[in-house]
Amino acid sequence: MRAITSFYNKTRYFWRRLLIAFLTLVLVAVFGFLLIKLMPGNPVDTYAQTLMTERRIPFEEARALAKQMLNYDPDEKILVQLGKYIYGLLHGNLGISMRRPDITVNRLIAGFLPWTLFISSVSLFLSFIVGIFMGSHMAWKRKGVGEKAALSYIVVSGSIPDYLWGMILIFVFGVRFRIFPVQGNYDVMLEYEGWPWLLNVLYHAALPVLAYSIVQIGSWALSMRASSIGVLGDDYIYAARARGIPERIIVNRYLRRNAMLPLVTSLALSFAGLFGGSSLMESIFNYPGLGQQFSAFMGARDYFIIQGLILFMSFMIVLANLVVDSIYSLIDPRIRRST
Amino acid sequence: MIKRFFTSAVHGAVRKCKVVFSNRKAVLGGAIMLFFVLLAVFGPILFPYNPVTDENSKYLAPGAGHWLGTDNLGRDVFRQLVHGSRDVLTIALLTSVITIILGTVLGMVSGLAGGVTDRVIGVITNLFLSIPSFPVLLIFASFFTIEDPVSFALVLSLWSWAGLSRAIRAQIHSLKERDFIQICRVMNLSRAHIIFSELMPNIASYILINFIMIMRNAITGSVGIMMLGLAAFQPSNWGAMLLRAKDSGALLIPEASYFLFAPIVAIMLFQMGSILLAHGLDEALNPRLQA
Repeated sequence: MRAITSFYNKTRYFWRRLLIAFLTLVLVAVFGFLLIKLMPGNPVDTYAQTLMTERRIPFEEARALAKQMLNYDPDEKILVQLGKYIYGLLHGNLGISMRRPDITVNRLIAGFLPWTLFISSVSLFLSFIVGIFMGSHMAWKRKGVGEKAALSYIVVSGSIPDYLWGMILIFVFGVRFRIFPVQGNYDVMLEYEGWPWLLNVLYHAALPVLAYSIVQIGSWALSMRASSIGVLGDDYIYAARARGIPERIIVNRYLRRNAMLPLVTSLALSFAGLFGGSSLMESIFNYPGLGQQFSAFMGARDYFIIQGLILFMSFMIVLANLVVDSIYSLIDPRIRRST
Repeated sequence: MIKRFFTSAVHGAVRKCKVVFSNRKAVLGGAIMLFFVLLAVFGPILFPYNPVTDENSKYLAPGAGHWLGTDNLGRDVFRQLVHGSRDVLTIALLTSVITIILGTVLGMVSGLAGGVTDRVIGVITNLFLSIPSFPVLLIFASFFTIEDPVSFALVLSLWSWAGLSRAIRAQIHSLKERDFIQICRVMNLSRAHIIFSELMPNIASYILINFIMIMRNAITGSVGIMMLGLAAFQPSNWGAMLLRAKDSGALLIPEASYFLFAPIVAIMLFQMGSILLAHGLDEALNPRLQA
């Protein structure tokens, strides 16, 4: 019995987090459900129209079929509808297109998420690494020319949203100098295998990755600079200097590693934010990712797909928050005691 | 009570103004912002915009007649930019005001009240933080047809208060435990006194900096929605200009580069002004950075 209470006390923070995460997930699902209720028009009728013309069946029959396929019946009581909807979600059914029965959210995610994650995670990790080095250097050599230059870069790069950087890059490298391709993920003429294909994929990803990174490097560098300035005031840095340890080793082993720690948390959370992709960036580069699909289905007013995609993105964010919080509570006992 | 709050606020503001004016970043950023505000207020009067199209004068290079050249339908780019600035700035300003009010009130209530109120607001904040904002903005933009700056600002601010609210709650939480608030409690001073004379001055600079940063995000968001063509109510809005430039193939036509880059540069200048002003204010007013 004592073992159980002590286990509970140690992991109490985690259970609380789990409860909050679960509650948030339920609310997110309810929000997704209300989205369909809020939308103009009736999805079942729209879908029934499609089925009627497609299969040449009478409207009543088509409507019954539509209700069944969409897992949604506007004639039932609202709580029953919600229950059915959540039941579908628990079985991994995120939703089906209102216009084309062969398109489901699960299939969309399977087909387009890899491309989205490819360009966005490459740019996230690239800019994280560059930003870490830039930020720690800025903090170490404060008030130098390097810091001034870096700060100017950060202000200018941060002033233009990443999708506009995308347009600028297309204009400069794609149209003026014709160095990089500006559309799609790879040449359709190429075979779907081997090194040439892989190189072609990387070649096509160059501009989108650059556009993401230009802006992100600046914000990582800025956080790293702030974190490093905090670490520089700590005793062990003074002690290391007093012992005559070479500067390079202080920066590499003492400063950067310690200042990086809080940023790893934001890295994990930013990673969770990538799962939706960026509608604007992917539309500008015509890159077949989830974000581009999202805006395309948005334009077609296909709300079931939209609902499913939003739920998917939110689930990933809630999950990442839970994981980060739990790991943090394991590492840092101070968090366990507070709240 | 309110009057005393204002007099003390004015005294504090005068003192802080001196600090702010000695910060070069803040002065430069403030000058850029002021320029845009003046442009939005007086620009359309000084440079009236003529929306009549003219096939013969499309994609003209910049010259005496057209300072920034002409667009794909032969209209003056510079005047469009000036005309559009009014809407862009109105949207940004309104979004900021609504977001700040929502975020501050909810954060303060949550931080001061505690208990069940705090929990409920916390869960709602969590929900808003878990659902990504830009996709939701797109959905709302298609649900409610956006036809004027006010509804655009409402849509934008609906999903941007949560982070601010959480930060303000945390600040109130730490301030509440500090001695000067505890003393106020012991002296039995009214709740209004504690909120307006003790807490507000302490978070005012934080709110001000957030005000500027939210304006900046509002411009990124509104231009993005317009570029996807989901809220094209005002053809001279910078985002709508970019959409037209993109759709008319300005990326591929070298002569059209002025039409494409004019709105980008305008957005960049505005954002730069807001970043500099916010950083400068942070340096000047944030007590933690002054050590």
